Amino acid sequence: MIEGISIYEILTLTSVLFFIGVYGFFTRQNLITILMSIELILNAAAVNFVIINTYLYPDFLQGAIFSIFIIALAAAETALAIAIIINLYKLVTSVEVRDTETMKH
Amino acid sequence: MDFSYTILIPLIPLALFIILGIFSKKITPAISGWLGSLGLGTSFVLSLYTAYHYFLEGKLNGVYQTFIYKDTWIIFTDKLYIDMGVLIDPISVMMLVVVSTVSFMVHLYSRGYMKGDDGYTRFFSYLSLFSFSMFGLVLATNLFQMYIFWELVGVSSYLLIGYYYTKPSAVAAGKKAFIVTRFADMGFLIGILIVGYYTGTFDFDLLSNPEGSIITNGVASSFMGLSVLTWAILLIFIGGAGKSAMFPLHIWLPDAMEGPTPVSALIHAATMVVAGVYLVARMFPLYYFLDDGFALDVVAYVGAFSALFAAIIAVTQTDIKRVLAFSTMSQIGYMMLALGVSKYEGHDGLGFMASMFHLFTHAMFKGLLFLAAGSVIHAVHSNYLKDMGGLRKYMPITNIVFLIAALSIAGFPGFAGFFSKDEILVAAFESNMLLYVIGVFVAGLTAFYMFRLYFGIFWGKETKFDHAPHESPLSMTIPMLFLAFMSIAGGYIHFSEYVTADHQSFEAHLNYPLAAIAVGVGLIGIIIAYVLYKKETSIPLKLSNSFGSFYKWTYDKFYIDEIYLFVTKKIIFGLIAAPAAWFDKHIVDASMIGIGNATASLSNRIKGMQSGKFQDYAMSFIGGGVVIAMIIFYIWIN
Repeated sequence: MIEGISIYEILTLTSVLFFIGVYGFFTRQNLITILMSIELILNAAAVNFVIINTYLYPDFLQGAIFSIFIIALAAAETALAIAIIINLYKLVTSVEVRDTETMKH
Repeated sequence: MDFSYTILIPLIPLALFIILGIFSKKITPAISGWLGSLGLGTSFVLSLYTAYHYFLEGKLNGVYQTFIYKDTWIIFTDKLYIDMGVLIDPISVMMLVVVSTVSFMVHLYSRGYMKGDDGYTRFFSYLSLFSFSMFGLVLATNLFQMYIFWELVGVSSYLLIGYYYTKPSAVAAGKKAFIVTRFADMGFLIGILIVGYYTGTFDFDLLSNPEGSIITNGVASSFMGLSVLTWAILLIFIGGAGKSAMFPLHIWLPDAMEGPTPVSALIHAATMVVAGVYLVARMFPLYYFLDDGFALDVVAYVGAFSALFAAIIAVTQTDIKRVLAFSTMSQIGYMMLALGVSKYEGHDGLGFMASMFHLFTHAMFKGLLFLAAGSVIHAVHSNYLKDMGGLRKYMPITNIVFLIAALSIAGFPGFAGFFSKDEILVAAFESNMLLYVIGVFVAGLTAFYMFRLYFGIFWGKETKFDHAPHESPLSMTIPMLFLAFMSIAGGYIHFSEYVTADHQSFEAHLNYPLAAIAVGVGLIGIIIAYVLYKKETSIPLKLSNSFGSFYKWTYDKFYIDEIYLFVTKKIIFGLIAAPAAWFDKHIVDASMIGIGNATASLSNRIKGMQSGKFQDYAMSFIGGGVVIAMIIFYIWIN
């Protein structure tokens, strides 16, 4: 619980963070920045978990623990995505989204 | 008594067919000729042995026993199943002798006739296939087995008619024979199915048992005034009429003469074409007892009409093989007539016996006529009477055997045809005056056209040949001499002791007044032919001119072929098939193609949605999620 800051302000912040992530995911052309946008989305969700736990149910810890899970999951996901992107780069020497279109055929 | 060895009679030709067929390129002609003849010789000896054994010892209490050896082949239900096996009774043994004799003689003859032909081994393998099928047909124990072999003889007939496959007319003739008989066999098949449905069996020994439940209950279910089984056997008779070239299904037989002459002798004179007669004889009790013999009357009248019709056409034909073909049709009509007027028991079954007797003697003398005609064709390289004349000096043996066969078919006393024809006429006389008169008239016509042929070939004008024709080699004359012997001796077999409708012997005597009438009419025919054709005169031309359009009609075979063509081409193809094809192409097909095209163009339009960019997919996913969320929210707040 942080003095002087209500839950609404923090939820507004995380919502902004989430939609910045979604916007980045849709508009970026570079696979690495798309990955970064995904991190923003995940982090917004993690902060939400912690904040709701702290403000509404201070006697429990599930939200905080869940956010740790999300961080671990995000780390694993990033490692996997980076591996895929490196392989893709070997194949098409590019990390641009439009160069991966050939995969639809 | 054990007749199970008779299964070898068809199996030997089958083995030969397979061997000669597979190794047709490797076996030299001389060997394949001998191999084929040897195999058929074995079947011939076995058949004679069977006949000897059966007719001497096959009686029990004065009745010839029926021996059946069979194995179940296909099971439909507990009661309805199809067997394969052999059935030994007087008519099948008699047919075995006929088929094996003629087939063996034709094999021997073909060794000379086909010499130097490219497809020599192929020819012999086909002959073996045909012999196998014909033996199988004769020995069939049930309708279905008979049908299978029935089709097999059709196939071998097709193969042999179209043997000279580079000749378009031969190919067309083969097709015609196959299609016409196939069309008739459709009736046969429907008849078999009806019989199977209503009686629950295909077995001849059950169907043809006069005391059996099938005949006594046969008229139980009726359809359009006749019992269902009568319709069935009429349909089966259509199949028989197709194979036996009865009017109006005869059109294939004259064209079938495109095949090599030994084939005509074997298939289209002696064996396959009498399969229809054999079929009716095999099921004779059914024909006789159902509906007071209505079906049998149909058989009699179809036979009589065909006999007359074919004999009239035969008078005008100029291709010697076609004359013989129409003569065959006429004689088979005779056999059908005799079957049709026959009754069942004892001496009343004279017609049945006469029919089988005539089948036997006809096989001998007609086979001989064809072989002799083949010998002539071999020598002068033409089928037409105009290219022949005065051949007696060049071909003495052929001359003599042809004369014997012609006298036999004309019913000259002492020859085989005389005895069998006399029995037929007696049977007809005792039953139906109209049929008797037709029979006598046809006998006269037969004598006339046969001697027209004889005098036209061997006497008549003195033809100048480029190179003089010579007598055929021994390989051809020996079979002819044997058949000539049979054309005389065959008549002295007492058929009434052996082959009768009820399997019991009876005494048949010559009926002298009737025989005298028949012989008299035959002699008149011969004398007219002698006057007209012994020396070249202008009388035949004047006569034919005086008949005018009737002569033209007869010469063109009463335009039956043209009627068929009109019906098939103009009516079936033009009025039914062509509109149906148009409907199929422009309505049925077009609607299917339209559906296909519509789908393709639709997919063309919407396939742009699938861009391959995962961000687009994510956008539609989120968008969809938002829309659904908004709907749920809207419902929730209301």
